Amino acid sequence: MKTFDYRTADRSSAGLAPEAMFLAGGTNLVDLMKLGVATPDVLVDVTKLPLDGITERPDGGVRIGATVRNSDLAADPRIRRGFPVLSQALLAGASGQLRNMATTGGNLLQRTRCRYFMDATKPCNKHAPGTGCPAREGDHRNLAILGGSEACVATHPSDMAVALAALGAVVRVDGAAGERTVPVTDLHRLPGDTPQRDTVLEHGEMITAVDLPALPFATRSAYRKARDRASYAFAVGSVAAALDVDDGVVREVRLAFGAVAPKPWRATVAEEVLRGRPATEESFRAAADAELEAARPLRDNAYKIDLIRNLTAAVLTRLAGEAR
Amino acid sequence: MRLTVNDVEHDLDLDPRTTLLDALREHLDLTGAKKGCDHGQCGACTVLLDGRRVNSCLVLVIAQQDARVTTIEGLGTAEEPHPLQRGFLDHDGFQCGYCTPGQICSAAGMLDEVERGWPSAVTAGDDPDLLSDPEIRERMSGNLCRCGAYPNMVPAIRQAAGR
Ligand SMILES: Cc1cc2nc3c(=O)[nH]c(=O)nc-3n(C[C@H](O)[C@H](O)[C@H](O)COP(=O)(O)OP(=O)(O)OC[C@H]3O[C@@H](n4cnc5c(N)ncnc54)[C@H](O)[C@@H]3O)c2cc1C
Ligand code: SF4
Repeated sequence: MKTFDYRTADRSSAGLAPEAMFLAGGTNLVDLMKLGVATPDVLVDVTKLPLDGITERPDGGVRIGATVRNSDLAADPRIRRGFPVLSQALLAGASGQLRNMATTGGNLLQRTRCRYFMDATKPCNKHAPGTGCPAREGDHRNLAILGGSEACVATHPSDMAVALAALGAVVRVDGAAGERTVPVTDLHRLPGDTPQRDTVLEHGEMITAVDLPALPFATRSAYRKARDRASYAFAVGSVAAALDVDDGVVREVRLAFGAVAPKPWRATVAEEVLRGRPATEESFRAAADAELEAARPLRDNAYKIDLIRNLTAAVLTRLAGEAR
Repeated sequence: MRLTVNDVEHDLDLDPRTTLLDALREHLDLTGAKKGCDHGQCGACTVLLDGRRVNSCLVLVIAQQDARVTTIEGLGTAEEPHPLQRGFLDHDGFQCGYCTPGQICSAAGMLDEVERGWPSAVTAGDDPDLLSDPEIRERMSGNLCRCGAYPNMVPAIRQAAGR
């Protein structure tokens, strides 16, 4: 590991030296530093800032501080009751030990698990721009079917982010230019020909919180994750959904897919198809197919199309059953 | 920097790159926590940090000023084993023993999480049994065992929990 200076973050000290990086739980960053993929000169620790609160908002929403640990968020009674999809997504990720360290901000900004990205000795347009993308011809079984480019087909690995995308969460950011908000669904960029930039954040911009807007029907929401082991493995495909059914008809629905794109994939096409349609498995499958029409699978990951269709149908059918 | 390990206070002057695991093993001579994968994937390095279980291989010790750490050495002794150590002995919860300190520290943290009513990925319903066999397996999934001694760890943990 390259050596670095360490300091604690100061909320007002917007602006970060060019080679400095924020440190939160460290579960992704320290790993990437050991691997030589991340090489910061300075680590600026955000965990001593007073950003670890979960507070109710006047509008019925919830504000989640950037340094709230994933385990505390998953166990929070307001989240379990009002936004179960988020608690379930968190608990489906990583392990008890990792969730005790991992934070809201760090989870959103964790990097792809593409094996070439994580190997500093391999070419990869994300960690070494212009060196090419070995995943296209090589191991891409768990990479993107949606939103990828010629230059990069990485997937964003977070489970939490998929639930946040479905819930329409908004990220609060603090930087040299002041505070701003970014919808979670706009936080991560599609790679295009600049895959080295994962998000729309400027260097030095700090995530301070994530706001969940009020969404009363999210009490009926769920997360379902498919993976290669029963537990403690990244998703190969996942679905987050919230469903509002009235008299057997879909009144409102929120749907997002995980592990299929460079970002948590809000399935707006499917949502549009479903509004006003009967809440049946047939509708759910048709809606998933409408969204997946845009899919461009590679040699070894076309299975994700069937997987996502089936997960969507299973989750929404279950939620529709609970509504009865 | 200052760190309290198993109730003993230490003043440390370390390279900023030092992980908590390396500080314990290389500088404080506490070799109970093991280096398995060194990437947070196996759980052999699990210790309690301010009472919560963590992978010490991913914790930079420089970020833990004034923290309290408990390692397997601080949980119990050969003469007075911790109930989890007793349980692992009584139920043969290990073979080679390499992952065992991590398993036991993880189980200690896990039982505390259950005490606080934290759910897991398999928790369902309003009044669930948070220490059923599927719950114990899910909650302990961050600790791998190369020998596959898992089946006996479940009753070992259940015994320690007084069940
Ligand atoms: C073995 C293993 C298995 C895992 N399995 C899963 C899984 O199944 N599902 C899943 O979703 N995740 C999984 N994870 C990933 C884990 O969830 C992430 O590593 C974790 O959420 C990152 O959070 P952190 O606080 O530790 O971030 P850090 O590692 O501290 O930081 C990550 C990135 O975010 C930046 N950052 C952190 N906080 C801020 C902030 N406030 N503002 C701006 N930038 C910030 C850092 O600079 C860094 O670039 C796994 C990890 C491991 C090691
Ligand atoms: S998919 Fe992206 S991250 Fe993976 S090798 Fe290609 S460029 Fe790198």
